[in-house]
Amino acid sequence: MNAIPPAPSQRSAGRTENSTLPLAHLMLMLAGLALAAAPHVARAAWWMGVGMAAAFLWRLYIAWKDKALPSRLILVAMAAVALTGVFLTFRTFIGRDAGVTLLTMLLALKLMEMRAARDVFVLIFGGYFVALTNFFYSQTIMTGVLSLLTVLTLTSCLVSIQAPQRHIRANLRTAGILLAQAGPVMLLLFFLFPRVQGPLWGVPQDSASGVTGLSDSMSPGTLSRLGQSDAIAFRVKFSGAPPQRGQMYWRGPVFWTFDGVTWRPGALGLRGAPATVELLGEPIDYEVTLEAHDRQWIFGLEMPSRFPRNARMTPDFQLLSPLPIRTRLRYDMRSYASYRAATDNPDEQRAAVALPRLGNPRARGLAEEWRRNLPGDEAIMRQAIDYFRNGGFSYTLQPPLLDRNPVDEFLFDTKQGFCEHFASSFTYLMRAAGIPARVVTGYQGGEINPVDQYLEVRQADAHAWSEVWLKDRGWTRVDPTAVVSPVRVDGGLSAAVPQNALPLLMRENFSWLRSWRNNWNALTNQWNQWVLGYTPDRQRDLMSRLGVGQPDWGTLAHLLFWSVASVIGLTALWMLWRVRRKDPVQAIWEKFCARMARRGLPRQPDEGPLDYGSRLAASLPQQADGARTIATLYADLRYGPNHPKEQVALLRRLVADFQP
Amino acid sequence: MSGSQRAGTARDRPALAPGATPAPGWRRALLPVLHRSQIYNFLHWSSRHRQPESGTIVLGQRRVYILPTRQGVAFAVSLLMMLIGSINYNLSLGYVLTFLLAGIGVVSILHAFRNLAHLALTGRRVDAVFANEIAWFQIDIENRETFDRFSIKLHGRDEPPANTVTCDIPAGRVTAVSVPVRATQRGWLQLDRVTVETRFPIGLARAWSYVKPDMRALVYPRPDESLLPMPRPRPDSGETVSMGTGTDDFFGLRDYQPSDSPRHVAWKSAARTEVPMTKVFSGRASSELWFDYSELPDNMDREARLSRMARWVILAARAGVRFGLRLPGSQVELGDGDAQRDRCLRELALFGVDIG
Repeated sequence: MNAIPPAPSQRSAGRTENSTLPLAHLMLMLAGLALAAAPHVARAAWWMGVGMAAAFLWRLYIAWKDKALPSRLILVAMAAVALTGVFLTFRTFIGRDAGVTLLTMLLALKLMEMRAARDVFVLIFGGYFVALTNFFYSQTIMTGVLSLLTVLTLTSCLVSIQAPQRHIRANLRTAGILLAQAGPVMLLLFFLFPRVQGPLWGVPQDSASGVTGLSDSMSPGTLSRLGQSDAIAFRVKFSGAPPQRGQMYWRGPVFWTFDGVTWRPGALGLRGAPATVELLGEPIDYEVTLEAHDRQWIFGLEMPSRFPRNARMTPDFQLLSPLPIRTRLRYDMRSYASYRAATDNPDEQRAAVALPRLGNPRARGLAEEWRRNLPGDEAIMRQAIDYFRNGGFSYTLQPPLLDRNPVDEFLFDTKQGFCEHFASSFTYLMRAAGIPARVVTGYQGGEINPVDQYLEVRQADAHAWSEVWLKDRGWTRVDPTAVVSPVRVDGGLSAAVPQNALPLLMRENFSWLRSWRNNWNALTNQWNQWVLGYTPDRQRDLMSRLGVGQPDWGTLAHLLFWSVASVIGLTALWMLWRVRRKDPVQAIWEKFCARMARRGLPRQPDEGPLDYGSRLAASLPQQADGARTIATLYADLRYGPNHPKEQVALLRRLVADFQP
Repeated sequence: MSGSQRAGTARDRPALAPGATPAPGWRRALLPVLHRSQIYNFLHWSSRHRQPESGTIVLGQRRVYILPTRQGVAFAVSLLMMLIGSINYNLSLGYVLTFLLAGIGVVSILHAFRNLAHLALTGRRVDAVFANEIAWFQIDIENRETFDRFSIKLHGRDEPPANTVTCDIPAGRVTAVSVPVRATQRGWLQLDRVTVETRFPIGLARAWSYVKPDMRALVYPRPDESLLPMPRPRPDSGETVSMGTGTDDFFGLRDYQPSDSPRHVAWKSAARTEVPMTKVFSGRASSELWFDYSELPDNMDREARLSRMARWVILAARAGVRFGLRLPGSQVELGDGDAQRDRCLRELALFGVDIG
């Protein structure tokens, strides 16, 4: 029929609906999902990464070749395979690792039934969730940057659903603008949203597995293994000047029983009330930010006098948190460098001389000989210290392996050891001579970061020393390592052992590397203090510093509401406020057009100035030249490279004189 | 922004003086406020009695509505779950992520609003269509701002979702879109309310506005499917040249007469309908035809007659003959070509229709 209404060209401006993404946009979405899942892939079961890659490639192939999506039967089969894989790997479907793997696999399967815009939404929201689950494992700056990238990419895919006709770069830019404008809202919500101390229903038990730190027993090699790690154990900010490095003994677990090889805590030290301690000299006030180590120990300088309220001090002066520390913890402490721990508990003294009946005969013989020849406990102690000082001992991160009588072999044969060897054998000698003694582990020293003045104590600073009970002085610290290698205590591990045995960043001659590391660590510390360590306490601090004395929920909610509302209002004003400073040329032209419109010759919206000028010239033969001149001059001024002032004045005069 | 003054009828009402006390005439004082409100505006649009708007319609801020979409609600629920997770597991970065996404959601509402507000719509042309076809209403959308608009969708009232058009409008430019509307019956098709909406940028919020440009499409009667022939030329119709005697082009069917050649009997049709018909062929000769409403069988109702005549008009125009139209009360003189066809179809479309 002749009367077929619209020629297709007539509706070229319109598009028909297309709900799935074009190939380039799909690739970007897959990249976003891959970014979200990448840390999991690096850490989870190998088949998860393979499965995801296969699903991504398959989906790309389907989109590229315009194939049909797999049938429901195949989908169910693939889901069954994924579920089986999760169960075979984890033996459960609940829990952190299994849950994350399940979520990621289901998301990959969802790709295979991505038919409509709705499915794309589900995938992208799922991607946001996966990005969140990364924080179960890591909340470092790098993880933060990665999730920011993930959010940017996935959000640009939300834009792609709405505007598949645009280039992905344009959509990424739109997403970036959204992200930048969301920043202030995010900051306000982050700092003002009333914080609740979690957990609401319980933290998964496996959330802190694999962290490094001191252990609850000590045998040869326990601490030297930590010596390889430059992970931060805790950071300390002193209120005043930090004490001498040699004075900084951070007390951790205390060991009472010895089976010939391994030291263990024993039952005695944990029970009962702490003994009274006479504190001497000046107090040292400081704040500790302790990394999660999945144990109960709270570290402080010897000897702590004020410590967190919910912590408990044991009779052997360990500080214990009621629960294992699974998240970063910040607390205030006060310690005294000089003290007298003169407890007089016969049970304690009996336990502190117990030794296995067999083994290490040569050490036992030496101690008994000292006991026979020397006048008192203190003299024997000095003799033992001299023995270490003059006996040809050396301090090393890689001590030779010891066999069945480790104390004997170390004291008389190898004579090379790390701090646990010295502390263990010294304590053994004391006990064999009948002097109560115990092993204390913890950290020694630390390094001030010159960037932010925080003292950084690393796992490599792990240390072991002895405590000896003397009749008139009580428990006295003796550090045989300091006798053998004074630099270990005064200069740190990196000064005391050969450089190539240390982690790269702890070596002394890489000064530029160290300064870079110091800056990075200071940044990480700020991150830890303000982003990760923003607890209800810190929020209260901040509020009181801002002048809100006792912030309760209501005050915070008010503050939050009004500040967020005003930030959004400002953004809205900025976006919608259209002060249109009109170009003078444009203003003159519009005046001219308006006058022509009153004459019944309005400019059509799609009509260019030159066309309009010609039309006016045709309609107004007497004024043809004038109309053409005005239109041409306007086009020159508007679209030409430069517009001199005289020309603008000329245009204004021409328009004013134009009388149709 | 002169356009927005014209656009909102509510603006023409007197504004409430600042600080006016709603004491005795509070109802009178409050009414202007009510009339300026977005909700009033919205309810007004929901009724079908809204008058069409002539000229350029500017989508002022007051007539742009915005609400979260279903995806927006799902997004909010997801964020709530993420927040609870972050609280429970003390995930500081979880808070950061959740609040960042919340910020994106909130800001996207502003973007959706800005993407739609202050567009200027002008009704342009619309071609005549036959009944049961789609009429395309061309509307120019002007973006007077300095930023681009994306994914603006338009659809007519009660149209299926497939009849949605989408367009982008770069800064300072005009884009012409054609809004499809199904033409159900002949006569004038006045454009009903058109929804202009956008979910750009991220689909969590939908900003929309209603416009009703004063546009109407002429809808011709739908030509019927009958194979019956055109009327024979009448002896009194002037210089008649014989029709139906040629052998060149098949022209239609007529009742069988015993004198007809068996070669011209439409056997297929006879087998189907059991009524013998004869094929009629038109000759090359020019002819003059009158299509007369009153000569159609009495058992045909008005619409059937108009449909039949519409078919005749189309066939005659295609055959290149001169033809005219007689309707009760009006007549189209003889003529030929597309212009004559359109004239006749228009007459048929508007027969018996009140031309308001």
